[in-house]
Amino acid sequence: MSDHNSNTMNLTLQVWRQKGPNAPGKLETYEAKHVSPDMSFLEMLDEVNETLIKKGVDPIAFDHDCREGICGMCSQVVNGVPHGGQDRTTVCQLHMRSFKDGDTIFIEPWRARAFPVIKDLAVDRSALDTIIQAGGYVSCHTGGVADGNAILIPKPEADYAMDAAECIGCGACVAGCPNGSAMLFTSAKVAQLAVLPQGKAEAATRVNAMTEALKECGFGNCTNHYECQASCPKGINVKFIAKLNREYLKAIAN
Amino acid sequence: MQILKSAVGRKVLMAITGQSMVLFAVVHMLGNSSIFVGPDGINAYAKHLHDLGALVWLFRAGLFALAAIHIFYAIQLTLENSAANPAGYAVKKQIKATFASSTMIWTGVVIMAFIVYHLLHFTARLTPGVVQGVDALGRFDVFTMVVSAFKNFGTSAIYVIAMAALFLHLSHGIQSFFQTMGWNTDKTQCTISAIGKAVAFILLAGYVVIPLSILASALIK
Amino acid sequence: MILDGKCPSGPIEKTWDKHRFDLKLVNPANKRKYKVIMVGTGLAGGAAAASLGELGYNVEAFCYQDSPRRAHSIAAQGGINAAKAYPNDGDSIYRLFYDTIKGGDFRAREADVWRLAQVSNNIIDQCVAQGVPFARDYAGYLDNRSFGGAQVSRTFFARGQTGQQLLLGAYSALSRQIKAGSVKMYNRTEMLDLIVIDGVAKGITIRDMVTGEIRAHMGDAVCLATGGYVNVFYLSTNAMGCSVTANWKAHKKGAFFANPCYTQIHPTCIPQTGDHQSKLTLMSESLRNDGRCWVPKKKEDCGKHPNDVPEDDRDYYLERKYPSFGNLAPRDIASRAAKAQCDDGRGVGPGGRGVYLDFATAIKRVSEGTIKERYGNLFEMYEKITDENGYKRPMRMYPAPHYAMGGLWVDYNLMSNVPGLFVLGEANFSVHGANRLGASALMQGLADGYFVIPYTIGGYLAGIKPGDYSLDNPEVKKSIDEVHANIKKMFSLKGKKTVSEIYRALGKVMWENVGMARSAASLKTALAEIPKLRDEFWNNVNITGDGGEFNQQLENAGRVADFLEFAELLSKDALVREESCGGHFRVEHQMPDGEAKRNDADFCHVAAWEFKGVGKEPELHKEPLKFDNVHLAVRSYK
Repeated sequence: MSDHNSNTMNLTLQVWRQKGPNAPGKLETYEAKHVSPDMSFLEMLDEVNETLIKKGVDPIAFDHDCREGICGMCSQVVNGVPHGGQDRTTVCQLHMRSFKDGDTIFIEPWRARAFPVIKDLAVDRSALDTIIQAGGYVSCHTGGVADGNAILIPKPEADYAMDAAECIGCGACVAGCPNGSAMLFTSAKVAQLAVLPQGKAEAATRVNAMTEALKECGFGNCTNHYECQASCPKGINVKFIAKLNREYLKAIAN
Repeated sequence: MQILKSAVGRKVLMAITGQSMVLFAVVHMLGNSSIFVGPDGINAYAKHLHDLGALVWLFRAGLFALAAIHIFYAIQLTLENSAANPAGYAVKKQIKATFASSTMIWTGVVIMAFIVYHLLHFTARLTPGVVQGVDALGRFDVFTMVVSAFKNFGTSAIYVIAMAALFLHLSHGIQSFFQTMGWNTDKTQCTISAIGKAVAFILLAGYVVIPLSILASALIK
Repeated sequence: MILDGKCPSGPIEKTWDKHRFDLKLVNPANKRKYKVIMVGTGLAGGAAAASLGELGYNVEAFCYQDSPRRAHSIAAQGGINAAKAYPNDGDSIYRLFYDTIKGGDFRAREADVWRLAQVSNNIIDQCVAQGVPFARDYAGYLDNRSFGGAQVSRTFFARGQTGQQLLLGAYSALSRQIKAGSVKMYNRTEMLDLIVIDGVAKGITIRDMVTGEIRAHMGDAVCLATGGYVNVFYLSTNAMGCSVTANWKAHKKGAFFANPCYTQIHPTCIPQTGDHQSKLTLMSESLRNDGRCWVPKKKEDCGKHPNDVPEDDRDYYLERKYPSFGNLAPRDIASRAAKAQCDDGRGVGPGGRGVYLDFATAIKRVSEGTIKERYGNLFEMYEKITDENGYKRPMRMYPAPHYAMGGLWVDYNLMSNVPGLFVLGEANFSVHGANRLGASALMQGLADGYFVIPYTIGGYLAGIKPGDYSLDNPEVKKSIDEVHANIKKMFSLKGKKTVSEIYRALGKVMWENVGMARSAASLKTALAEIPKLRDEFWNNVNITGDGGEFNQQLENAGRVADFLEFAELLSKDALVREESCGGHFRVEHQMPDGEAKRNDADFCHVAAWEFKGVGKEPELHKEPLKFDNVHLAVRSYK
């Protein structure tokens, strides 16, 4: 196609390499040659890995799965910004056309105490599961629930819940936060369930349990930098943190 | 108390104590501006306050408690936060965080040091060179004390620098209060943030206008 | 052998209720004595693990991702069907049943499909109770849309992220059980073998993907909810980690593989841009509600900017060929039609492999704002990937492998022919026949997980002694040793090719010969090429590092090795099935107008294959399909 860019580019990558959780890590330099602008960022890394394997070098380990921006598995800080800083874009959906020939790209893993590095760019995010396990659910049983239309939910509330529920749990909010806090992640679930009638009954215990888990997992505290919202590939709004705070105060008051 | 351990509860304490001190700062600034009325204004204002007797000490104790709680949790939370993010990035770009939001602990330290100095200077009057006397009506002459102090460039500079730190601290702190108390929504956030910065700026202006105008001899002929 | 699906008899409306009553129950106090192994925690596995844990069973669940929330169910966009009939438009359980049987081109079991339609309504209720934020209208009622060729509005949705929301609902239920201690979750583990003791499934051998440890987990029953296998085509809409491995290992231990040739090619995916492509991205089928498919009538117009092709020179081929369904024709039909246009030399975009999906008419009718409201996120996604604005110029689309209707053979209880081995969701073959309708995959996954397996597994467990297994059994050691040996062998090869190179080659062979249109000749080519690639793999592949660490190459190599064996079975099944039905299209068997031509006399059966050894002829078993309620007819969407 005439309007498809066929100019390839050459890039220098500075990639964080770390053998294991306790091994020391450092940035290594690699060349990415003949990169097509139509490639996704991860496809560019695939190609670099192919050349590394051919040279007998251990390829760069990185987490990825769906490659369409919804599973939340991919997790790289590109040039100092989680997911590379393109608005509402995961790194798997970041395309090389946003880079220029000759660019140097820094690629680092999510960094936070609660996310120990497994290898290279892959980190352990099970702390996010722990937060959900603490109370990120409605305690309903399988079967024996009311008809879906038995309780009406006004559209604005349903939309609000959906805005919060879009969180993909990638942890970019933590990686971007100067305090390594998972407050945006936690608040999205708290807010979603607190606004829905089905979740209201447990709202107080939920917010207490989830914020407690947040602390126990080793995440930092929120100091309202809002870097999380800026890092979030789904644009989850910090208004949900305010909602969490409100829910917390309500829980304390009762 | 669960609130004293909670990630959110301690922030709420920070927010409430901080915002209370902002209110004090506003009142203090309004009180200060009585200096523009002349010696009669501020000396009468000071006497009025001191006549409250035990209430003054109650008020001071309250302020001290607010500051102590605010500082204690500021240090605790900051230590926790830096422990939560121990390994820095080789390259890190801030998108939304500001200089003010990233330096809260340091502007806080500057403000705390300033408050100690300020208390020694104008309240305990233990710093060298404080001019102490009484005015024609036999009241303690605050006016002369302040004016003579601020004629000194170094003293004025200390006050101006400290107020700049206060401005930075509050330009993040005031809007932060609304967020932490849960009163923010996506629609109000911009407005609240702007109002916070405006209040911080008014405080800055209201405070520094005194040393600056004295220094410039604009006030006193 | 003639297989028996053990479907209940009697009037179809009563089958599931009667069967539920006939199933034996496990005493509540005894449930915790039974351990269930759940492999895969997507919609089916996650829902099942949560429900079984809640019932009181002792569940151990496994997934290869770093969290159950990442299973590829999450990527489903469009919605989930249910026969609620809220819009008062003539829907019913019977109609959903009928549509699914017909949509599957009469290659599914009636009783299974009936059950699916019956429990579909419970699923919606369940998800609402969990806090799934389904779309609502202004009065607060659940909203519906028409989807994927259905003539009623029975699809429930949560923006363009229905799969995500349903998965997160199941994940939250699962998280609750993990917290309660009834489910023990193992993330980043991959099942590498099924342990069968005296003919009964009793455990699995797994690899811890972080430490590389190989170990066995034993239980009273093993459930596989491990998804589909269309990554055998290399490029597909599946996640990178989706594989046939768990199913294939079970198949090698005796489980029959049913109808592997039934693969669904989704008509609306973003076309490939080059050899670097690692996966294809699906654009929700809902786009066809407003988008019109066309290609230029003249070959010389294909290189032109689409807006420069005059209206009269455009061929709206779906509207032309299927006047009543038009652009909403079922997936298999729409896909083949797109391929036919491109084969005719009238495709657009890189390599001439694309058709236009044009919104200009819809934008003129309802405004760009309305279109943005309906599909905004899809247009955004399209622009991110292609750098083209779908509002200003037509999108380019091409079909891509999307879903596997085939899978391990199961009976009505979802149990495979290996006692104690249950298979759920996309991993089994049961309800979609030869073609799956839109918004039915989510429905099946959750039906199996929430409302079928909790009943049927009890019927099995009630008949066995709990805890009748031991890690000391020689079969356990044998399984672990085999897994170790296999990994050691892969590392020992030190060849010249990377795993991806061989995988891409396999994908090419499969897509070109066993893709959308298959012929005896192309299938024979595939059957000749696949063993060569397999040999190449086992002689010339190079994997760096070692097995005792986080090693993504090793993970990938294991999956590709299984695809290299499975691909042969898929091709074989396609060759033996001398008819066209649903997603399986044999060029030799078509109507004069190019439509699929079924052969009900010879092929109205489930083909279930028994493994006889790598490279050896598998044995075919048949389960005849009977249609007592829906009469076999030619599927027509004209």
